[in-house]
Formats: sequence, structure tokens, C-alpha cells
Amino acid sequence: MARIFVYVAQKGGVVDDSAVELFAAAKKLDAAALPTVILTGWGADLDAACDSLSSSFAEVWKVANPALAYPNAELVRQALVSVVPPNSILLVPHDHFGIDLAPGLSIKLNSAFASDVLAIEGVEGNFLKLVRQEFGGQVSTHVRCDASSGAVITIRPGAFKAEASAPVSGVVVDKSSAVGALTARRRYVETIVAEAGDVDITKHSVLVSIGRGIQEKDNIGIAEELAEVLGAAVSCSRPVVDAKWMEKSRQVGSSGKTVKPKVYIACGISGAFQHLAGIKGGPFLIAINKNPKAPIFQVADVGIVDDILEFLPELTNKARELRGVAK
Amino acid sequence: MVGIHLSAQVASWLVTSRNLYLAIHVLGIASFLYIVSRRLVPLVRAQCDPRFDRPVARLGRVWKYWLGQWKHPRYKFAGTLHILIFAGFILLALRAFSFLIVGVSPNFVMPGLSGEMGHVYDLATDYAATIVFLCMVIAVLRRLVFKPARYAVPARFGKSRTADAVFLLGLIAVLMVADSVYAASHAAKFAQQSQAVESLAYLSLPWVLQVAFRSMSLATLGGLIAGAYLAHEITFYFLLCYRPFGIQFHVETSLFSIYFAKLDRGTIKPVRWGVADENLDQVKSFGVKTFEDFTWKHILDFYSCADCGRCADNCPAYAVGRPLAPRFITTKARDYAFHHYPVLGKANNSKALIGTIYSEDEIWSCTTCGACEEECPLLVEYIDKIVDLRRGMIDDGNVPQSLQKPLKALESRGNPYGKMEKKRADWTKPVASQLNGNVPVLDGKNAADTLYFVDSITSYDDRMQSIGRATARILTQIGTNFGILGAAEKDSGHDVLRFGEETLFMALRDHNTEAIKESGVEKIVTADPHAFNALKHDYKNVPPVEHISQVLAREVKAGNIQFNRIDDSDKVYVYHDPCYLGRHNQVYEDPRHVLDAIPGLKRVEMQRSRDRSFCCGGGGLMLFYEPKEDQRMGVVRVKMAAEAGANVIVTACPFCMVNIEDAIKVAGMEGKMSVIDLTELADQQMIRDVCPRELETATAGG
Amino acid sequence: MEILVCARRVPDTSENEIALNAAGNDIERDELVYSINEADNYAVEEALQIRDRVGGNVTVVTVGSEEDEEILRRELAMGANQAALLSDEAFSGSDGKGLATILKDFVKKGRYDLILTGVQADDGAAQVGGMLAAMLDYPFASLVCSITVEGGKLRVGREIEGGNHEINEIDLPCVLSIQTGINEPRYVGMRGIRQVASVPIPTLGVSELGVDTATVGEVAARVKRVDYFVPAASRGAQMLSGTREENADRVLELVAARGGLK
Repeated sequence: MARIFVYVAQKGGVVDDSAVELFAAAKKLDAAALPTVILTGWGADLDAACDSLSSSFAEVWKVANPALAYPNAELVRQALVSVVPPNSILLVPHDHFGIDLAPGLSIKLNSAFASDVLAIEGVEGNFLKLVRQEFGGQVSTHVRCDASSGAVITIRPGAFKAEASAPVSGVVVDKSSAVGALTARRRYVETIVAEAGDVDITKHSVLVSIGRGIQEKDNIGIAEELAEVLGAAVSCSRPVVDAKWMEKSRQVGSSGKTVKPKVYIACGISGAFQHLAGIKGGPFLIAINKNPKAPIFQVADVGIVDDILEFLPELTNKARELRGVAK
Repeated sequence: MVGIHLSAQVASWLVTSRNLYLAIHVLGIASFLYIVSRRLVPLVRAQCDPRFDRPVARLGRVWKYWLGQWKHPRYKFAGTLHILIFAGFILLALRAFSFLIVGVSPNFVMPGLSGEMGHVYDLATDYAATIVFLCMVIAVLRRLVFKPARYAVPARFGKSRTADAVFLLGLIAVLMVADSVYAASHAAKFAQQSQAVESLAYLSLPWVLQVAFRSMSLATLGGLIAGAYLAHEITFYFLLCYRPFGIQFHVETSLFSIYFAKLDRGTIKPVRWGVADENLDQVKSFGVKTFEDFTWKHILDFYSCADCGRCADNCPAYAVGRPLAPRFITTKARDYAFHHYPVLGKANNSKALIGTIYSEDEIWSCTTCGACEEECPLLVEYIDKIVDLRRGMIDDGNVPQSLQKPLKALESRGNPYGKMEKKRADWTKPVASQLNGNVPVLDGKNAADTLYFVDSITSYDDRMQSIGRATARILTQIGTNFGILGAAEKDSGHDVLRFGEETLFMALRDHNTEAIKESGVEKIVTADPHAFNALKHDYKNVPPVEHISQVLAREVKAGNIQFNRIDDSDKVYVYHDPCYLGRHNQVYEDPRHVLDAIPGLKRVEMQRSRDRSFCCGGGGLMLFYEPKEDQRMGVVRVKMAAEAGANVIVTACPFCMVNIEDAIKVAGMEGKMSVIDLTELADQQMIRDVCPRELETATAGG
Repeated sequence: MEILVCARRVPDTSENEIALNAAGNDIERDELVYSINEADNYAVEEALQIRDRVGGNVTVVTVGSEEDEEILRRELAMGANQAALLSDEAFSGSDGKGLATILKDFVKKGRYDLILTGVQADDGAAQVGGMLAAMLDYPFASLVCSITVEGGKLRVGREIEGGNHEINEIDLPCVLSIQTGINEPRYVGMRGIRQVASVPIPTLGVSELGVDTATVGEVAARVKRVDYFVPAASRGAQMLSGTREENADRVLELVAARGGLK
């Protein structure tokens, strides 16, 4: 079995759950493996990140370079090419950074590439047996990946659960010198923070979230009425923002906000993973959708096949009765 | 006053002034002709429009709408005023012309108006002038004091035109006064000179003035006569030349705008007159993008608008705060024409209309309900212009994102919802048991003489499918030998056409026409007024089509249908006229006849009913468009129903049903108002035979 | 500016029901409606807008067969200047890297300043753009939601977490993968397509592109789809099956039990 590496981007010295999720994924590839995590960056931030991961990973490779202070995929790619041994397997999270980094990296490493992998079923010699989805999650596929000259694999965030394990005292290895001059044909300028909207959905413990199934902007009122009775806020999925029915600040998803409510009511949302990626903390997920085959029903706790335009008003009425509020 | 023997003094005075008056005549007429020729320039550059056919029908309309002022009484007060003014003008026409000619030919008498006839005419026109004068005073008071809402010009549409209106009304008043002063001072002078005097009409304006002039000196009177004459002539020619610069141009153009008005209700003009469908690929640009893309009749319409505001007053889009008002479509275009084709100066280059005088939302906001056209006393057309402007936007790829999805779905799946073709007949499954078999699909194995054209919303929408089922049950009950096209049916394309997607419409139309032909049916029936209108007016070479309400009415009148009594005495029903059944196709009484045949059914009427019905919000692609509005049309309509004292709205169109049902929820009137389709109500109340007639189809096995 | 957009024809997810076929080895394709991948359409619109601002040429290319030509024609109707179909038996069965290789060989035949692709297609792999850039050795940016041209460089915004925009400066020539929602694509109807019906769309194969057949097609694919399946619903929602009223009551119970309905 080839050597397994894990790469995660770090910002400000903080590494999120993705590192340990990738660790779990690596274990699925090779239960006996001791995956190595590679971190890039510069200065105290990088050091802090390496230290924190050294309690989960036996080996932490530190690649320090002033040009890498801000995680720029173009430069990270050049760095990794210098550092990663040939024929290795490299796991990267399938997030905005992984999408930027991984495909090109697989070419430079002359490795196979598989993206957005949800499950690993095993290894057969040099072939990795992976599970992906297509058509917005409506069907799944088994994929065979020839890893004889290595593989770069992006892993769907949240697909692999981090396992509790005893902390290790891993060693931090400095690989910075292996990296030569980094040429920047893409340069980071600044980050424009999304405008805070009128409502901060990340602060609510109950969310009524709407998707394409709301059908028209005018119907959003029925979600708002329900939210009002429940003491909740209205959030949405990407298509609602693309159609300009709600502001970007209401969007839950990988390119929107990450929320950690206690209860998440998904109304007319199909359940594409980019949306689900924004829901953390395992809330109680209630899904209402006209389509019984909507992928959201695979991850919801409770599901109802119904038309949200009919169901939500019913819910609102019942809630009002419960609270004794006059209509 | 014509035919008066003039005293020598006056005659010589006039003779010496003859050159002056002649000069004014020549100048006035020449200016007028020049101005009119300049106004004709854009018409010459515009698209062709064949309006020279069916002269008898056209003359009939001139009789009814121009001479008969048929539409004016729809607004009682203003209408009456206008009828009086118009009648006055017509009557005064000969008098005015004679008056002008007298200046250069003092002994001129209009042929046919000498002697007794002339005297009667003089008396009549004395009163006419008085009445016109009084109407002017009332009109000015209305404008300045009472300010009817429909004359107001919201800031975003331009500046107020009250000053101009008052100015023109004032000038007409001056004309009447000048005429009266002339007649009065003439009569006073003759009375003093003890010459034979033909009396003025008792208590008319000239008569009143004459009483005041009785004691004036001859010299003063002579001055008054000359002064009044000059004032009249100058005012006359000033008005003549000023009218083509504003709303009063309708005085000249109304005859033509009415003669050339559209005869074929419910149709939409082709992309280019004279270009057959097969040759449309050669047309470089579809629709109206610049001013010259309008037809000459459309430009004539812009000239003919009297800015009365009746169209906007009845426009549902305007009423709910959408950025559209038909009146301003016209006045903005007229201002554009005057600015870009000035009387003095060169014509400017044409620019795109959308984005300059019109906004996109303005043009997409129209539901094509036809209330504006129904109301306009000058028969100005609007729907064709809106459709042409939409064609232009579509040609440029400028389509709101919300409409792109349904248009794409119509292209690939034949319905705006993107649902699969094979599911188009799924709505029939629940009624199969009641009908001793599925509703037959006319696919070659089955045949029937009547086609039930279901159209997309009734086929696919969960709620509207019940209209389809009710219709199927009704048709079975009355023994109609019918079938449906099933998966072979595509959207009728009625609103695709009216939203300007000509090519997609033709594809849908051709597909359906072929399918209908192949089915071999002899008649078509539908419960969808949009499909009804399309099959009747937009499609060629298809069998005759009826709406289910017409079928029901006929069967009720023939005694073939009986209804059970309505048992709920609390229910008060009101019928909402769908635009495409009512106004566009004038089917008003049949649905009411059916309702009145149901025993125990209490029915009221809304104030706005029949041809004044208020659009529910529109159908077809309009359901997908996201308008900027203050409230929904459906909500306004539901409130109208409540005001009329009803708690059940009956409608005969699935789109009306969608909009009204939604509106009841949005208005928070659930429980206080409900809505039902005519077919559902008829189906519900219909007394069924003990042995229901079986479907008579030539099927090979049910 | 010479702009190339790499597009793909995919089953239209909004107008199709995706289901497994009877044999269980593919999705049921019989009644599928196909169209250009949504993100690629946004990419073409972006290319057209850039061209209209700074001048130049927009080319649209796809790897496929005759039936894929329809999307090229549609994009020509939308306003692209030319199109090309890369088609050869040797290409079939290519994985993402194979597709990128074919595109790379096409790019090398021309001179393009800017290459755009949609961020991902129906398989959700989001790979071809990044691979193509690496093969060409061009800088790359993914998830692009805004582009400004500044002389010989571009200023691009990338969509990152929290809805924030990461602004980067990138040298030309470069490859960008475009995120949906970057613009409002213009409408293309049947008439537009008819008007470009006679515009020639060259088909280029292995010999015209100079492709090394060992690097493309099934033989070179290192990642292969074995089958399609629908996972057993062992995990998944507990579906409520009462009347609407009963379901509503139950939902409220569950919400209240977890601290909602405060």
C-alpha cells in the first residue's frame, strides 16, 4: 500500500475538523496506515497548527515559506510537488481550496484523481474502490481508481466521521528546504467579506430553510410566517440566492454560511452536498419535499413528502394554535 | 351668419381687409399642410400594415365609434361632455368654413344653406356654439378644480399636461365666443340700421351678447365685427396648426385611426405583414426595437391618443403598481416621434426604445387582458405593440431569467413545467373507473369526433387536474364522443406568442396542428380560455373550437342537463369573467346561463364584470414572471368579490383559478372566500342518469 | 482577447427524472432532455461579456460526438464567434484526465488568452479546468464569481466559505472555472439557432489534434465508473405518512422537544 498523505489548509493557525476526517478516510484505505499530514504556511501560525495536529498524526510535515503565508493553491501546488514522494496517495478536503488545488496537483504528480469521494470500500492491489455521487446526488456510483502511480483524492467534508482515539505524540518534520523558488502567476489581493444581512442565520437555533421548491419569490412569505411563530429565522439554499429572491447572507452551504442550529427544517431543498456542507453540529433535520427521491431524505432525521406551499401554512396554523396566538 | 345682406360699410371694410384675410388663409392652410406632411414622415418610414381591406366593415365602425361615439358613455360625465362637444363641432363645421370664406368672398353662401334651410342651420349652430362654450367651461373647471385621477401624470411618466389641456380648451372657448360676438354684433348693427335681421337663437350665446350690444355705437360694432372675425380666423388657424403638436391631433386623426382600426379581435399581428411563416428566417430583426419598427398604423395611434387616461384607469397592471400604463406607452412614443421627427429640422437617428423611453419591466408587465383596447374611444391598439416590443427583446436575447426556464422547458418538453411528455395524460387515471375506461387517447388506435384539448396547466398541475376530470365527466354525461391527444399534445403556445417568442410558438402550433389533423376530429372543446383563444385565432386550419361553458349552456338550454339544488344557503356566488373567454371572445352570457340554471344558486355581479372584468393576474408564462408590484391583481379581484357580497368566486379558467386561490391565501381570506371552476361546480351539481351513457368511441377494447 | 470556453452536453437536471435503468448499469437515458451544462453556459455568457467589453473572439469547444454539436450551435446562437467539436472513437471512455488531454491538444493548436470552463458538470467532479491548466502550465483559479480585465492581467473573485470573495490577480494566459450565478445569461431561442444553422462547426479528431492515443480514451483512463446505484435507505429519514394535519402535529412535537417554538 502506498504511503498516505493528508493535506489541509490552515488559516491563522487554526485547523478545522477536516484533518481528522481525512485521517479517518485514510484508515479506510489502509487500517494499519499512519497517514502523514502536510501543512503549509509561515511563521507562528504554521507552528501552532503543526503542534495541534501532532496530537493526532504520527508525523506532521511542515512546509514553511513566506509566499505561503496566505493559502494560495497555485503556490501550495508547487510546494507539494517538491515535497510529496512519488506514487503516494494524497487526501484533500473537497472544499473551495481542495477544488482549487487538487486536480492540477494530480497532473503535476502524474497521479490519478478522484473527487468528492463519499465512501471508501476498500483496496484491491493498486485499485481503490471508491463511492461518488452524480446528478446532484440523485444517483451513486462505484468508482475504480488505478493508484499504481499514486492518487490525489478529494474527500467530501463530513462524509467520514473522525474516530476518537488516544492522542499520539507526533513529530513535526520540517520539509521547507525541499521547496525551491515559488513563482506566483496568481497573487492573492484581498478578501471581501460578505455583507452582513439583516439577519444573522448563524445565531439562530431553529432555521426554516427554503430551496427551489418555494417556486417564486412571493411565496417566501409562508416560510417567514412559520419562522416567526417558531421563533426561527429563514435561511436558504443556493438556487434561491442565484434567483435573487434572498440575500447571500441567508445562504447555507459551502459557499455560504455555516450554521449549527438545533433544528433545521429543510423545505423544498433537494439536498445537494454543497448545501449540506453548511450544516454542522448534527442538528435535528426535518425535510419536506415533493419528490420522494430527493437526496435530502437520505440525511434527514424525519421526512415528509408533501408540497411545501401547502404544508408550511398548515404547520404555521398548528403552531399558532399551540402557542395560543390569535391569527 | 351666412347669406346676410351686408351693409355697404361693412362690405367695403371687409373688401379692403380682404387681402389680410386671404393672406391668413393661405398662411394657415399652407402651414397646416406642411405640418401634416412632416407628421407623415415617420409613417412613411414605418413598417407596412394592410388596413385597406373590408371597407364596408370599416365604415361601419366609423359610423359606430366615430360618429356614434359608442365608447364614450362608458365614463358618463366625461362621455356626455365629449358627445356634446363632438356633435357641436360636426354641426358647426359648415358654419365655420362659411365664416372663413366670407372674409374673402363676402357674398358667399354655403350651397344648400340659403334661405329657410340656412336659417334653421343658423339657429341650430347658435345653440351648438353655446353648448360647446359651456362644455369648455365645465371641462376647464373639471381639470382645474375637480382633477379626475385618471388625468394625473405620475412623475416617472412625465410632466403634467393640465396646462396644455386648459390652454386648448380655452382656445376653443375663444373660437365660440368670437363666432358669437361676430353674430351678435352683426345682428346689433343691422338692428340699429333697421335692416332686415334674421333672429338669433333665443337664449343662445350670440343672443345674450346681442342684448348687451344693442346700445353700442355703430363704429364700436364695426370694430367688434372686424375684431371678432380676425380673432376667429387667427384662433381657428392657430388651433389647426397647433393640434398636430399635442393630444388634440385626435380631432384630425380620429377618423383615420378608427377607420383603420384592427378588425380581428383576439389575433396577434404577424411578425411582418406580407412575410409568410416559411420566409421568416429571412427577416433580419424580429419585433420592435427602434421607433421605425412600428407599423404606420401604430404611429397613427400614437398621434391619435387623446390622453384621456381611460385605458390606464382600467389597466390591472397600473392598478397594482406595476411600471406599466398603456396611456404612457402611447404618450411617450408620441413625444419621441415629435422629438425625433420635428416639424422644423431634420429627423434624428433612431435609437433603441427599450432602455430609453421604455423599461423592460414595463413591457413584460402586461397580461394582455385587453381592458385598455376595450376602453379606448379612439380604438388605439396596445397588445400588438407590446407583443412586438417583446419580440424585439427576445430577438436580442434580453429575457428575464425567470422566464428562461419555462421557455426552455416548453422547447424541450412541450410544457412550461419541464414535466415529461408521457405524463401529460396521467390526470385521467383517477376518472377511469367513473368513465368505464380511460379517457381515450386519439393516437390512431382510437378515434372520436371531438377533441378535448386539455393544455399544459390542466394536464400537469395537481390542483387544475380536477378541472380536466370534471370536464371529462361532463362530456361523458352529455354523450360527447371525445378523446384527448395525450402525450402528443403540446402547450397551445398562446402565451408563448404573446410573450414574443414567435419561433417557439410556431413550433408548438405546427406540432399541435399536425396532431389534431391526424386525430381526424371535427370539433374541439376546451376548458382553458387561453387554449380556446389560440385554437380559434392563432391556429389556422383546425376544426372549430368551443369553450366548455358554451357547450354547457347549449345543453342546459336544450334541457339535456339538470342540476341538483344547492343546499348551502350561506353561499353567495359571483362569476369572474376570464379575459380570454369574456373580453377577447365576448362569451359573457353562457357561463351565467349555466349558473342561473342551478336551482338555489344565489348570484351577484361585481361592478367590474363582462367587458370591464379585472384581470386575475394573467396566465401562461405570466405565472413565471416576477413583476414589481404593490399588490397582486388576484388580491384586488378577491376584494372586489367580497365587496359585491359574495363568498364563492366561480371562474372558467385554470389560470384565474391559480391566481385567485393564491390571492385568497395571500389576502388572508381563507374561510371567508372560496373559488370553484364552472366545470367543477357543474359536475358537482349535475344530475346523473341512473344509467350513465357510456363512452361511444370506436376503440378496440375500451 | 482570444477566449476559449470548454463546454459539455449533459442531461438537464431540472427537466429530467434521474432513475436507474432496468439493467442497473446506467441511468435511464431514453427520455432524457440534454442541454449545455449550466455552469458552462454561465462561462460562455461571461466570455461574451468580456469580449463585448474589450474586443476579441469567443470559441466554444466540446469533446463528444455528433449529438453534442447541438450545444455548440446553441452557444454560437448566443453569440460565440466559432465552435469546434473534438470527436474520435479513440476518445471514448476517457476519464477527466483524458478529457483534459484532448482539450490541451486543441488549445495548443490555437492561441488563447483566456480559457473558461464551468466549475463542475453532472458528475460533480470539478476537475477538467484545473487539470487543463496544469497540463498547459497556465495559472488557474476555480469557483470564479467575478472577472475584471486590467491590461494584461485579470482580477478575479473566487467564492470561498461564508460567502466571502477572495480577490486574486492572475496573469494571462490562464484557465478559470466559472461558478453559477456570476451573471445572467442571455436567452437563446429556436430562431437564434436557426440563424446559425449553416455556420460550419469543424470536427477534429486524433490526427488533426496530434493526440497521443495512449493518453486518452478507455485505455488511458485511471478512474472508471463501475456502475450506478441507489443506496439502500437503511440510513435516512423516518418518513411520516399521516395526513397533512397529523404530520404537522408530529413535526411540531419534534421541534418543541428540541428547543424550538420558544
